[in-house]
Amino acid sequence: MARDSHAALIALNRFGFGARGGASGDLINAASDPRGFVKAELARPTGVLLEAPGLQSTPQLGQAVFAYQDEVKQAREAAAKAGVPPEAPPPQTDQKPGPRRNLSLNMVATEIAGQMAEAKPADSKSADNVAKPETMQPNAAAPPAAKPAPQPLNVIQKTFRAEALARLQRATLVECGFTERLVVFWSNHFCISASKGELARIWAGSFEREAIRPHVLGRFADMLKAVEQHPAMLFFLDNQQSLGPDSRAGQNRKRGLNENLAREIMELHTLGVGGGYTQEDVTSLARIITGWTFAGRQGGLGAPGSFVFNANAHQPGSQQLLGKTYEPTGLAQGEAALADIARHPSTAKFITTKFARHFVADDPPPALVARLRDVFVKTDGDLKALATALVDSDEAWQAPLTKMRSPYDFVVASGRLLARVPEDPGVYLNNLNLLGQPLWSPAGPNGFPDTSAAWAAPEGIKLRLDIAAQMGARLGPNIDPLDLLEFAAADAASVETRKTIERAESRQQALALLLMSPEMQRR
Amino acid sequence: MIDCVENRLLTSRRSLLLGGASFAAWAYLPKFARAADGRDPRLIVVILRGALDGLSTVAPVGDPDYAGLHGSIALTPDGAHPAIMLDTFFALHPAMPEFARMYRDMHAAVIHAVATPYRDRSHFDGQDVLESGYAGPGRVQSGWLNRALEALPRGERVSSGLAVGPTTPLVLRGNAPTVGWAPVALPQADDDTAMRLVDLYRHRDPALASALSQGLQLEKVASGDDMKAKGGNQVALMRQVARGAAKLMAADDGPRIAALAFDGWDTHANEGGPVGRLAFLLGGLDGALAEFESGLGGRWRDTVVVVATEFGRTARINGTDGTDHGTGTIALLAGGAVKGGRVITDWPGLKLANLYEGRDLKPTTDLRSVIKGVLQGQFGLSDRVLAETVFPDSAAARPMKGLVA
Repeated sequence: MARDSHAALIALNRFGFGARGGASGDLINAASDPRGFVKAELARPTGVLLEAPGLQSTPQLGQAVFAYQDEVKQAREAAAKAGVPPEAPPPQTDQKPGPRRNLSLNMVATEIAGQMAEAKPADSKSADNVAKPETMQPNAAAPPAAKPAPQPLNVIQKTFRAEALARLQRATLVECGFTERLVVFWSNHFCISASKGELARIWAGSFEREAIRPHVLGRFADMLKAVEQHPAMLFFLDNQQSLGPDSRAGQNRKRGLNENLAREIMELHTLGVGGGYTQEDVTSLARIITGWTFAGRQGGLGAPGSFVFNANAHQPGSQQLLGKTYEPTGLAQGEAALADIARHPSTAKFITTKFARHFVADDPPPALVARLRDVFVKTDGDLKALATALVDSDEAWQAPLTKMRSPYDFVVASGRLLARVPEDPGVYLNNLNLLGQPLWSPAGPNGFPDTSAAWAAPEGIKLRLDIAAQMGARLGPNIDPLDLLEFAAADAASVETRKTIERAESRQQALALLLMSPEMQRR
Repeated sequence: MIDCVENRLLTSRRSLLLGGASFAAWAYLPKFARAADGRDPRLIVVILRGALDGLSTVAPVGDPDYAGLHGSIALTPDGAHPAIMLDTFFALHPAMPEFARMYRDMHAAVIHAVATPYRDRSHFDGQDVLESGYAGPGRVQSGWLNRALEALPRGERVSSGLAVGPTTPLVLRGNAPTVGWAPVALPQADDDTAMRLVDLYRHRDPALASALSQGLQLEKVASGDDMKAKGGNQVALMRQVARGAAKLMAADDGPRIAALAFDGWDTHANEGGPVGRLAFLLGGLDGALAEFESGLGGRWRDTVVVVATEFGRTARINGTDGTDHGTGTIALLAGGAVKGGRVITDWPGLKLANLYEGRDLKPTTDLRSVIKGVLQGQFGLSDRVLAETVFPDSAAARPMKGLVA
């Protein structure tokens, strides 16, 4: 039995987002057939897609940004004419701490979610009783009207939060979470950063839904193409500014190449550093993908905010790349180049090593990496086959649980265990900001780090504890952390962890300790 | 080397601590039967989570067995930090001068050798019984204070700027609508929780133990912290909660009934005597009582504060200069409406034969009788409502008379 629980722990924590609390029985289900439990999600390829009411396509969102920018501009001009000092533009990011609110609880999700729901009487939700952040202050006797009204969210912030909420809800509700973990892996591999600007922020979610998710159980080459042709990536790595020096646009505007995207395609997305490419290859690929851009607000090239190939900006002529000649076929030239890069042996090695490092160990077993590489090559980059091979390997089940959960894994796993279906992403986004993993906003195009050392830093652990203590302080009625330990680990929990939780001086403290236990932090 | 650092850290942080605090109140002004006589009674329930050592808070220095049992942490009426004699037998912890003053002014009382009906030693279950008001542990959705509120006629809605904060303590959960408030600056995990986690990591995950220890120490350095300042901060935090709660309750349209909880009383190791860990906490509690008094201003006259904990601690100290989970303990009453200046007890004595299961102060008073007495004195609730609704199946625990002036 202990063995089964341990395998179930691996199934849920190494491959998934951890056991859900409530009546789900995840740990028991996983224990009966750990591999089957993980692989079940792979059999439902449409389950990886994310559609939710109100989530819009990239062109629609681009147009919303253009309209918003026009509005701001007009308001500013009107104010300037009227001699009024221009109003500061509304804040553009979600980075500032949001309102201090309890996580809303979804009463429906599971039995325990109902038990957990704070025993707030119905009328505590009535309008006059809903907390505005400023009234949380001890000196709140002053009438709320004396405080400035909070800035309403603009369309960019609203969209970012809606996309974040949809992703968080999905991660909280799915059974094992393996495909969602795959989404997070690939999304981080092909990351953009929402902090690049308004378009990046509004597109962060649609980029993942449109370029990553459809291919997570598909082919690597298809994902690569979808990513490099997505407006969000073209904007993030400046390719919309890159002009073929000999193209008509380049000649007219006396401007030329921007190598940013081409370099990161080879260095970060496919071949990897030392993957056998030269500076010449970078420049060559940059030329090849000139003209890959998105239509602007005028829509001269196509629907505003959609990917277009601008032949006027494309460098004419054939190009040499990685020892091969690519004839001048316009858009097809770049697509052919990407297809070949996707098949390059360095890509297979780089991708499969990173994949194994993410799921198994910072230094993954070489035999496992070799096997995954073979699968990647033999299946021409079939990512479902890759994921299956990982789950089928012995190494993935034998390696000790040494990886640290990333902050995202941690907040999602905690929410799952508490059977809290987020209704507002604010608390999650704040916690991710605090813990150094702001959603869809890594510091650079290399994404968030994926080693334990990065997430087990002293200040990070201390912050996690603070956040766990806050979750503990909000513990709902009739939740026994010992029950949650059964859901999370059962007899795979160490004696010490069990005793620590049993001996806690309050259930609130017990929950904080459970959330911080090695069983919840390591995967 | 790392061990050394951790040990030092462990000792210094262990001796301080304090935990979270939360405050919640009834959302309506009650329409009291006694409003006619001009009284506008207020009730504050303070839950001490973790089990308060009653024998170290109000020490039976007159009991010949006390000093031997409580050993290195026993209070004495003399020495560098003398305990404050409340009568010829009981002495108050020197960290509580404000309570001592209220006691002298006849506005504070102690009930000793008191306990809920719970007789096992689990914090969680003990807190359930204390707060739910049921005779045994079990999963109930409401607390006795909420059910007492339900029995009161509902008046005007409280309209001062109360906001929904962290969770309501069980004692105030239930059908009667409540509101909550929490000071904004409560984000950090308390030291006790941190040290328990360091302990777990040291056994199970040395890398995380090292990381967390460093993180805790970095934080101390960053805040220019030392032990004394830290303790001072924690005390300040308890005062802050009380000050905010008192301010809200002092308003004409503020809540009349509230509950809050202080954590951190689980003093298994290095409890300290007249100074040390428990002394810090009691100082914080004492400060909180003083804040209630000053914050409530003229309303203090009609106020009763009840301080209660889930159970007591062992009469004999353990091998780590602390005390383990016990049974009988104390309850404190403070406020202008308290008929105070008394230690109310049917003292069972500390001889081995008199100890509960040979280890704990034997409870001779049912905590429910004390609370019922307060509820009856303040709000006029009937014996029947108290025995059937507020504390179900508790007819045997008669309301204690004469607690409220």
